[in-house]
Amino acid sequence: MTVPLALSQTTINFTYLVAAVLLIVGMRRLSSPPTARSGNVIAAIGMTIAVVFTFLDPDIDSYWLIVVGMVIGAAIGIASARLVKMTAMPQMVALFNGVGGGAAALVAAAEFHRQAPLPGHLAGDGIGAMLFSALIGSISFAGSLVAFGKLQELLPGRPIVFRGQQVVNGALFAALLLFGALAGSLEAGVWIVLLLAGALVFGVMLVLPIGGADMPVVISLLNAFTGLAAASTGFVLDNTALIIGGTLVGASGTLLTVLMGRAMNRSLANVLFGAFGAVPAGGTAVAASSDGKSYREVTAEDAAVMLAYAKRVVIVPGYGLAVAQAQHAVRELADLLEKRGVDVKYAIHPVAGRMPGHMNVLLAEANVPYPQLFDMEDINPEFPRTDVALVIGANDVTNPAARSVPESPIYGMPILNVDEAANVVVLKRSMSPGFAGIDNDLYYEPKTAMLFGDAKSSVEKLVAGVKAA
Amino acid sequence: MTLLNSITVFVLAVFIGFEIISKVPAMLHTPLMSGTNAIHGIVLVGAMLVAGSADSTLEQVLAFIAVVFATVNVVGGFLVTDRMLEMFKRR
Repeated sequence: MTVPLALSQTTINFTYLVAAVLLIVGMRRLSSPPTARSGNVIAAIGMTIAVVFTFLDPDIDSYWLIVVGMVIGAAIGIASARLVKMTAMPQMVALFNGVGGGAAALVAAAEFHRQAPLPGHLAGDGIGAMLFSALIGSISFAGSLVAFGKLQELLPGRPIVFRGQQVVNGALFAALLLFGALAGSLEAGVWIVLLLAGALVFGVMLVLPIGGADMPVVISLLNAFTGLAAASTGFVLDNTALIIGGTLVGASGTLLTVLMGRAMNRSLANVLFGAFGAVPAGGTAVAASSDGKSYREVTAEDAAVMLAYAKRVVIVPGYGLAVAQAQHAVRELADLLEKRGVDVKYAIHPVAGRMPGHMNVLLAEANVPYPQLFDMEDINPEFPRTDVALVIGANDVTNPAARSVPESPIYGMPILNVDEAANVVVLKRSMSPGFAGIDNDLYYEPKTAMLFGDAKSSVEKLVAGVKAA
Repeated sequence: MTLLNSITVFVLAVFIGFEIISKVPAMLHTPLMSGTNAIHGIVLVGAMLVAGSADSTLEQVLAFIAVVFATVNVVGGFLVTDRMLEMFKRR
């Protein structure tokens, strides 16, 4: 194909400015609930403008690769975005992030190959940025795939650690810097191949020791990485759209990562390196503590009667609710209780589920009235006045060990003080520990009653029980 | 464009990125992460430029995969974000 119409670089740069403004306005609107959806659309329009006008760039003299690639990519993107279940959103975001990082690394590699034959060409401003995007893009790609594997439960969610891991990782990182330096100075392809391959291994090693419950923070961090990798390809290609788009994500993603960590009362360093050394001791201590304790089981009918005759009920949703798709049944239960004059509130822990905001999304889907949703800070003072706390598939965010057991991996994480309610009913599949792999002492409290089974069928039984009560 | 110009744009974009996110309610963390995830799909522009001017087969292969990857990132990212935000609409 030949170029039907090419615009000047100045004109294209102007359209990139328009695109950048739309991306910024879009992100601004994304950060406020009423405008979020339109913000996403505006950002998408900005992206479309940048892509469409890139077709008219005078440097492009062949279209078929681009068109075929985009058609395939769009088909995959549309299909996976449509088909993915709401519960699997976090790992989908991880995958999309990974391929973005991979794309940045590949762009850097292709550009290296193009420029390398010209002696001294690589030594210019671009080489540092090129190697940086190859490095960071590959780390993000491999790390995101591991995060996906953990969330999809293809890999164990527990931290994977081994003796000397930090030494290995340190040596690996030093090797990466060496490969980068050699690739930049010798301008030979073998070094960038080693850099890319080593970065893939490093990405895997970075995420393996991190527990599944921390994956949202890791995905957010890798999201920022991919943004920076994209921005540095902008330095390589002298392209403002790439620099602005990538940097916006790099900066906002870094801050978002810190905010998420803060919501869990964890520093980023603690998330990334917290598993090292701590796991063997903590793991056995926690496992031992669960020996010889007994818990109380309750029938759905009895639990329903407790709920029906309570004054104040607080529903605490967690990942189990998401997995069982129980949100509609929960809303039906809440409506029934309200009709009987029971005051029903929902307690939303910022990191309940697999991602911050996961529960808000699910409950919104079931049209739960917004004023019934309470953040952790607002609901915690209510628990002592609550008759029944109904915990639906939430575990780690209710674990009192976070307040009282310094050895616990989740010690210091703010939790919902469910144990302060007069009665606790826990809907759970079995006594198996939560995603973080920690036993929950709440279940052995005398005031706690366990109702085993799939969250949706349990809630449906409660609905039937309340109707009969 | 000179390197200094690029750096200027970069530094300003860092400030804007920080500024935008500074006050975000926790319930929007996930959609926002997903939305910004789609935005770094802008690397598609880079993949297009490299694919459209690739000289050798190796470059073509690398750039082609980059175009596919980046398109998945952009298209999938925006659609998934929209699906999440759709659930907030009756507010």
